[in-house]
Amino acid sequence: MAVGKEKLIEMYRVMVRIRTFEERVIKEFAAGNIPGAAHLYAGEEAVASGACANLRADDYITSTHRGHGHLIAKGGKTDRMMAELYGKKTGYNKGKGGSMHLADITIGILGANAIVGAGIPIAAGAALSAKMRGTDQVVIGFMGDGATNTSRFHEGLNLAAVWELPVVYIIENNMYAESTPLSAACKLTNLSERARAYGMPGRTVDGNDVLAVYEAVGEAVTRARKGQGPSLIEGKTYRYRGHFEGDPQTYKTKEEAQEWLKKDPIPRFKSKLIEMGVLTEADADKIAREMNEEIEKAVKFAEESPYPAPEEALEDVYA
Amino acid sequence: MREITFGQAINEAYDEELKRDPAVFIMGEDIGQYWGGAFGEMQGLFAKYGPERIRETPISETAILGSAIGAAATGMRPVAFLFFADFLGVAMDEIINQLTPMRYMFGGKAKLPVTITCYSGAGVSNAAQHSKSFEGFLMSIPGLKITTPSTPYDAKGLLKSAIREDNPVLYFIHKKILLSGIKGEVPEEEYTVPLGKADIKREGSDVTVVAMGLMVHRALAAAEKLQKEKNLSLEVVDPRCVVPLDKQAIYDSIKKTGRLVIMDEEPKTGSASAEIAALVAEEAFDYLDAPIKRVCAPVTPVPFSPVLENFWMPDEDDLIKAINEIV
Repeated sequence: MAVGKEKLIEMYRVMVRIRTFEERVIKEFAAGNIPGAAHLYAGEEAVASGACANLRADDYITSTHRGHGHLIAKGGKTDRMMAELYGKKTGYNKGKGGSMHLADITIGILGANAIVGAGIPIAAGAALSAKMRGTDQVVIGFMGDGATNTSRFHEGLNLAAVWELPVVYIIENNMYAESTPLSAACKLTNLSERARAYGMPGRTVDGNDVLAVYEAVGEAVTRARKGQGPSLIEGKTYRYRGHFEGDPQTYKTKEEAQEWLKKDPIPRFKSKLIEMGVLTEADADKIAREMNEEIEKAVKFAEESPYPAPEEALEDVYA
Repeated sequence: MREITFGQAINEAYDEELKRDPAVFIMGEDIGQYWGGAFGEMQGLFAKYGPERIRETPISETAILGSAIGAAATGMRPVAFLFFADFLGVAMDEIINQLTPMRYMFGGKAKLPVTITCYSGAGVSNAAQHSKSFEGFLMSIPGLKITTPSTPYDAKGLLKSAIREDNPVLYFIHKKILLSGIKGEVPEEEYTVPLGKADIKREGSDVTVVAMGLMVHRALAAAEKLQKEKNLSLEVVDPRCVVPLDKQAIYDSIKKTGRLVIMDEEPKTGSASAEIAALVAEEAFDYLDAPIKRVCAPVTPVPFSPVLENFWMPDEDDLIKAINEIV
């Protein structure tokens, strides 16, 4: 597969942007600057980056409670995201949603979602809309492994299949649904096998290999765009943090975490790009610096932005 | 003026809106060529608009409503037909956690023109899982508009408004009215009935009766009887929507009569009647010359046997008894 240099670098930048954002959220959350809860994406960057690199600006995604990575990969601005996490008026949701509801439909982001699996039928509906409006827009519906055990997974995938909708469902199998290991929740090892139940193609890839994700999702997006129906892709990956910030993670072993750190998708892709002659160490350092600066600015923007006026709590219920 | 049935009025509203706006489509179970909806009110639409716009679904209430949300957020104007109102329970997460808070959670940046239609109400021995009215439960959910038409005229005008509305609307089709075949005047020419505007179904001066859906017909029957037998004049106010509720129309009526009875097919606790009574007590207490009375169903599931169900449903006699206690 020939992937252009620009695309490769962009995928790398997105991964670094996500990681830098999440590492800063860890810090600001611990400092008490971010209210509520934070479910972080660190470790899973290759999935969002590789998947969304196949999308156009007018395509759609549905996201999850662990959605920062999806938003950044779909083009979400880190300053407006951070402002939303801080509960500020300048945030994407004007301080009404926070981390778990980040959304901007104008750039195709139909929302992070705090109900596990709820995005699945919403993604089918956006795909139905694209089809009925006669566009060739495609939708990616992100979900975790836990969502595959919800009723919506069944109803949503079945509907997408029977109506041949242009949607690609992506399972980020990070091996844990909150604290529950996958083995305690499901008899399957490869969750993409579930695709067979709906008569759609299913494929499992290494979710820490951004190029593997890019290629598999690319094939599925092409199918969807051509009107050939939905697909299910599973990326096996690992979340470095707990289900939420503050989770003691007693369900993970140190050995397991160490093993996965060795497979960290970012240094792995960096080495690959250097090997390919696409990137130098100096380039990588420059990207890291740029991302640090961007996130620094995002935090400053969030800090300096005003809170919404209290009475704004009464607005935006109805159109 | 010509007279048509409740079902024909609903059919015309769907038909006219499908014709008017290509973004409108209906999806749900059994709405196509064979049944045209379980009670037939969508018959003919499939032949006219085809399977793309009269979209038959698997039995997947969650996916019907969930995909309606996705379609609405991206430019379509879906009608999600949920069959029996009781099945809203199957898709309740889509109602309480997705559809209704989405615009708010997104900081006002989503438009969700979703109309949910379903058959509500008791009276045809369908028992506890096919007979519910639960306006009170649902009106506590911010972000939803709820309409309960009682006549063919209102059924058509309110459905057209619901489909044109940029917010989620729940449109209850009372199955007893639908199946009764009763007719009402409906003009040939185009009209809509605004959401949130009550209608005085009968003018009167002694007692205000607020009633919705099927209860409007029972209140009107009681009004006729009391006028004849006791020369008592009831004013029957049909809010037509419980959200937004036309409070002013209710207060204006009580100002005239000084007495209020609310007739509501739901089990009494937490019903729409409870909210209306609370509002009147808070905001229009000075107009009252007698305690507010509520005529509701008992707080039990809906029973099956006609004998039990008749006992369970509020009727003219229950209403007359309540009125006699305050006049």
